[in-house]
Amino acid sequence: METAVEMEIDWETIRNIINSYRGNPEALLMIMQDISDIYNYVPPAVIPLLVEKLGVKESLIYSVATFYKTISLEPRGKYIVNVCTGTACHVRGAEKIMDALQNRLEVKEGQTSADGLFTLEAVRCIGCCASGPVITVNQDTHGGLDRSSVLKVIDDYSQTAS
Amino acid sequence: MAKLADRAALKEYRKKLQGKNQKRERKLISLCAGSGCGAYGTAKVHQALVDELKKQKLDKKVDVKLTGCHGFCEKGPIMVIHPEGIFYPQVKEKHVPEIVAETIVKGELVKSLVYKEPATKKKITFEEDIPFYKLQQRVIFGNNGLIDPTSIEDYIAAGGYAALEKALFDLKPPKIIDEVKKAGLRGRGGGGFPTGIKWETCRRQKGDKYVICNADEGDPGAYMDRSLLEGNPHSVVEGMIIGAIAVGSHEGYVYVRHEYPLAVKNLTIALKNAEKQGLLGKNILGSGFDFSIHISRGGGAFVCGESTALMASLEGNPGRPRAKYIHTVEKGFRQNPSNLNNVETWANVPVIINKGAEWYASIGTEHSKGTKIFSLVGKVVNTGLVEVPMGTTLRSIIFDIGGGIPKKKKFKAVQTGGPSGGCIPEQFLDLPVDFDALAKVGSIMGSGGMIVMDQDTCMVDVARYFVDFLKDESCGQCNPCREGLKQMLAILTGICEGRGNEGDIEILEELGTMMQKFSLCGLGTSAPNPVLTNMLYFRQEYEAHIKDKKCPAGVCKPLFHYEIDPEACTGCQVCFRRCPQDAISGEKKKPHELHQDKCIKCGICYDGCKFNAIVVK
Repeated sequence: METAVEMEIDWETIRNIINSYRGNPEALLMIMQDISDIYNYVPPAVIPLLVEKLGVKESLIYSVATFYKTISLEPRGKYIVNVCTGTACHVRGAEKIMDALQNRLEVKEGQTSADGLFTLEAVRCIGCCASGPVITVNQDTHGGLDRSSVLKVIDDYSQTAS
Repeated sequence: MAKLADRAALKEYRKKLQGKNQKRERKLISLCAGSGCGAYGTAKVHQALVDELKKQKLDKKVDVKLTGCHGFCEKGPIMVIHPEGIFYPQVKEKHVPEIVAETIVKGELVKSLVYKEPATKKKITFEEDIPFYKLQQRVIFGNNGLIDPTSIEDYIAAGGYAALEKALFDLKPPKIIDEVKKAGLRGRGGGGFPTGIKWETCRRQKGDKYVICNADEGDPGAYMDRSLLEGNPHSVVEGMIIGAIAVGSHEGYVYVRHEYPLAVKNLTIALKNAEKQGLLGKNILGSGFDFSIHISRGGGAFVCGESTALMASLEGNPGRPRAKYIHTVEKGFRQNPSNLNNVETWANVPVIINKGAEWYASIGTEHSKGTKIFSLVGKVVNTGLVEVPMGTTLRSIIFDIGGGIPKKKKFKAVQTGGPSGGCIPEQFLDLPVDFDALAKVGSIMGSGGMIVMDQDTCMVDVARYFVDFLKDESCGQCNPCREGLKQMLAILTGICEGRGNEGDIEILEELGTMMQKFSLCGLGTSAPNPVLTNMLYFRQEYEAHIKDKKCPAGVCKPLFHYEIDPEACTGCQVCFRRCPQDAISGEKKKPHELHQDKCIKCGICYDGCKFNAIVVK
């Protein structure tokens, strides 16, 4: 989504991440996850550096980035909202939560809201099954939700951001 | 934190820690910080508690401990006050001052917070008396609610690393393997393969070997591995070191989901502390044995729970499985012999070594020994993690421990084994749960997910849900799985949307059988299970969808509508007020009317009606 902000890359940090795994090519996925934790996506501009430092082919990087769900090569919102659609959440109405969020944020699953704040995604079970339906917003988990309480969660993040 | 040079040093250290605990007369407030309670706001309660104790100048007199998951996640955040064992469920920030003033200062109960048993309405003060806990046998999970997972001292004081001592100094590797074999331990990840035999095969291999812990808990609805790693990481670490001694490995990996940040954090702390104390790394406890453990974080791909895919992922590649003509114990990670076991399996190992194979084998059924942790979730009163001896009946787990179905609804099925399992109907509720019994009725025990479904769950929708899940998660290498799932999903979606045709059931059966026979890995061969068992036991529901174009459970939107039963409607106006579409009209105390042209079937009226006056037609 072009609406999400493309952040300026701090090359020093990226190098530190790669060095913390001692340039081990086996750690490619984890390096990309660490980069994602900062930018909420892996900026494609870092790929040449990964090729150089890890000694892997560019095609492998794309292959790994597109295979694993936690990695995105496209910018995402400030807050990544993951609706758990695991079985326990599903039978307790995860679909209704997803509906409510799609209406409020005016996006479909996988898209970023017009203000660039929220990216809406679905995740297959985060292991909080007893508290379902559950969503995560970045690293925070919110449980026991319904149609209206989930909107309140989103409002709180909107306010914090503004 | 000093290195423990030898066995005597560890023993002495444990004694010192235990002595310290015994002298404790001060109160200890333990607060569950597992992910379930965390989702209900443990962090806020913890902060409020710390602040309040400081304000009352009690912070030097009362200890507060954040523990791992207690299991009773439905009632989170959970607080237990020791030494009495007073149990307060669903604690909120606002309750904290009263708890401190009454229970901590005066030693009196806050009556409004005491747990009330839903079935009998009886109030129960102590954790140990609550039926949810009383009927369990918490061999593996018991320490979770007592120890601080970030404290190695807590684990050692609770008898931790005593099994490692035995394995290093009293038992030879073949004897360790023998114990695990005699105990009858089978893989808890779902495969049920005898652990001892796997270890023995790995031990026979030559070259550098790896010991791997599969913490890529992917089955939706199962979270016991997450809770073990979060709540008691040292038990898994200890199990892995013992396994490494047995098979002759010096390097281990834990492959854990990136979606489990707290598990990653607590495990990282545990590994660091174990290394600092000389329980991991070079020359463990002066024995001359070296072993180190690394963490690798998975990327959210369900197929990576499969052993060969997991190892491909460990190597930094996409996690695509391979055909297993050669097993991973012979050629696995980096083409070397690799012994992979699941989190719960590893956590069972120290128990077996400590208490002996004979004791362990006395629990369970003929071919399934020990206890098993189940995640009891879905439409059940007491959701949470439940540890029971193998062979406990489904009825006992769901109704005695789980408290039955909420809102007086009817039990319909229990889904076990995740996307590789099936839905078990009421007629089999008295089946003893173990590896073999559930397989006989077309499901599997799997990793221990138990999702309870009531009358409002549509079985065709559940089958569609699992196929949709698996279609996304199929790695796409082999035709039967990739194309089979796609076709199955198209047919099931058609049925759910009212486009079902005569003969659909037969095509689904044919596709399913083909996939079972010809898929490359376990994901594909077991993928049709949720559909096939569903069609076996709930065929009439499929037929209702296809022939009558009706969804009896009221889930598939094109196939039902809501009506108001004028006999049952009291005119309380709850539905009238809540309807977002203004589709309900009527006067107070008179039966209401629902206008089909405006209704979007969101179900708010159905969920909210206390008189069962909204009916599915």
